[in-house]
Amino acid sequence: MTVKAGTLVDIHMVLLPRGQRAPRVPEDTAAVDLEMKVKGELLHDGEKGSIVRIRTAAGRTMEGTLTAVNPEYSHGFGAPVPELGHVGPQLRERLAQLRKEEK
Amino acid sequence: MNSYQEVMARKSEIMRSSVGIDYGKYARGRLAFDYEGMLADTGYAIDDIRRIQRQVAVGNTPLVELKNLSAIARSLARPGMGARIFVKDEAANPSGSYKDRRASMSAYEACRLGYPGIAAASSGNYGAAVASQACKYGLGSIIVQESFDSRGIEQPEIAEKTRACESYGAEVLRLSVGPELFYQFLLALEETGYYNASLYTPQAILGVESLGWEIVEQVEELTGKRPHTVIATNAGGGNLTGTARGLKAAGAEECSIVGASVDLQGLHMASDRDFNRKSFTTGHTGFSIPFTTWPDRSDVPRSAARPLRYMDRFVTVSQGEVFYMTQALAEMEGMERGPAGNTSLAAAFAMAQQIPEDEILVVQETEYTGAGKHPIAQLNLAKSMGIEVYRGNPEENLPGRRIVIPADPRQIQVRDIPISRLQHSYLKHALEGTDINTAGRELETQDIDFLMAETRLDQAGLMDALEIISHE
Repeated sequence: MTVKAGTLVDIHMVLLPRGQRAPRVPEDTAAVDLEMKVKGELLHDGEKGSIVRIRTAAGRTMEGTLTAVNPEYSHGFGAPVPELGHVGPQLRERLAQLRKEEK
Repeated sequence: MNSYQEVMARKSEIMRSSVGIDYGKYARGRLAFDYEGMLADTGYAIDDIRRIQRQVAVGNTPLVELKNLSAIARSLARPGMGARIFVKDEAANPSGSYKDRRASMSAYEACRLGYPGIAAASSGNYGAAVASQACKYGLGSIIVQESFDSRGIEQPEIAEKTRACESYGAEVLRLSVGPELFYQFLLALEETGYYNASLYTPQAILGVESLGWEIVEQVEELTGKRPHTVIATNAGGGNLTGTARGLKAAGAEECSIVGASVDLQGLHMASDRDFNRKSFTTGHTGFSIPFTTWPDRSDVPRSAARPLRYMDRFVTVSQGEVFYMTQALAEMEGMERGPAGNTSLAAAFAMAQQIPEDEILVVQETEYTGAGKHPIAQLNLAKSMGIEVYRGNPEENLPGRRIVIPADPRQIQVRDIPISRLQHSYLKHALEGTDINTAGRELETQDIDFLMAETRLDQAGLMDALEIISHE
């Protein structure tokens, strides 16, 4: 599926491969690549999974693997957390008690 | 040309041209430097700072009395105790946090010196503040973040930061876990000639002094008193340093300055595995302990954030206690705010109970909240990473393994990290940079005065500490 030039895309690249990480990096971090992702405008038609060039918001040209087209912001909240459910009721009750004592 | 080693070898050259300060000029003795001179040479007095900030709608945020939370804390305290808790609502700043105060000075300076844009290495609110202030001055901006682990899982609070920076038109570089983020940041500075809006330049710290001034003025206006205690969430140290300097300059000499951090001891800040096992991205011990005990590990040769000069006490609270207080702030005061300020609020709730009830205790910031930052998002991430979340005794909190929400407000406590331990660790770092093993006898007078100012030890105390270190 060809992505048209001018589309906002996300690209991915490896900056430092595993094993060539900075000195004093913890073991678990040294065993994985240092990766980078950045969004920008596709400078030419391209395919997902192929190497493409983009122009970033600061006007820089960057190259990497096209991984997402018009990428969504998918962070959110999720389900309510029952472990926080007692905080409001217990404090309201205590406050009401204090108000009664003041009278 | 651009390998990690080659770029890091060019670090001081890139730093000098991207910050526009000749740090060598301030070197004194064998390990000292002229801290006050470096700050004064910016040429910014408090009136300049407040005028510059007012032009871009930064500062002059409300000071809000938390009457209900204060009443509850008072009900748990001995008779006559239970200070009035106020909070400085820094979420009212343009990009939602006090970091606008720091970014406004960086953007003003970059614009004054003719840089085409400003860049910052920050996964937190400072990135959004720099991107937002860049808009005010018509500058480009580049923000470099550490944002996802090797399984591609993004920290939701940082994903929200990415969105905010991109909404302000910034180029946002999202990296996986590792300290080499600084390497990528240096490359971006070198390629673009952008200004390094470091959190730790002199003007970035001076930008926070206006916050201290406002607290003194507003507490005076609302209560006719001076603040008894101000609690600032401590990470890199600039928040506490700038606020303390402002409080003192505004005449609140007696005010006790407390640094508060979320306890994440046991988790490693550069570990890929631990990255998403933390429910807090800033204001935690993973930053505050290293930066308090060695400020010059920052991205500039000499950091203007030197919290040990101002900190009367350093306390920690658990992740569970901060989540409890975040919920309490929403349901007792009708305010939803983000984690950075709530760390100090959790400490304030406990500390207020040891302070007389007519005294004023100020929580020095709030920040905005929303998708990704909210306790619901963070606790759902924790659960998905296999971390236990339950209601109970906060003493059982275990960073990266267990988050325990207090079952009762009485359980909320602060735990002190002794200032003496921080002073000792600071001195060890300070001497590491030199070949001095006979400590006291080798240092020049300028070094002694510097170390005394940095640690607030008197001469005898300093000599004792140096003696102990030279035997370790």
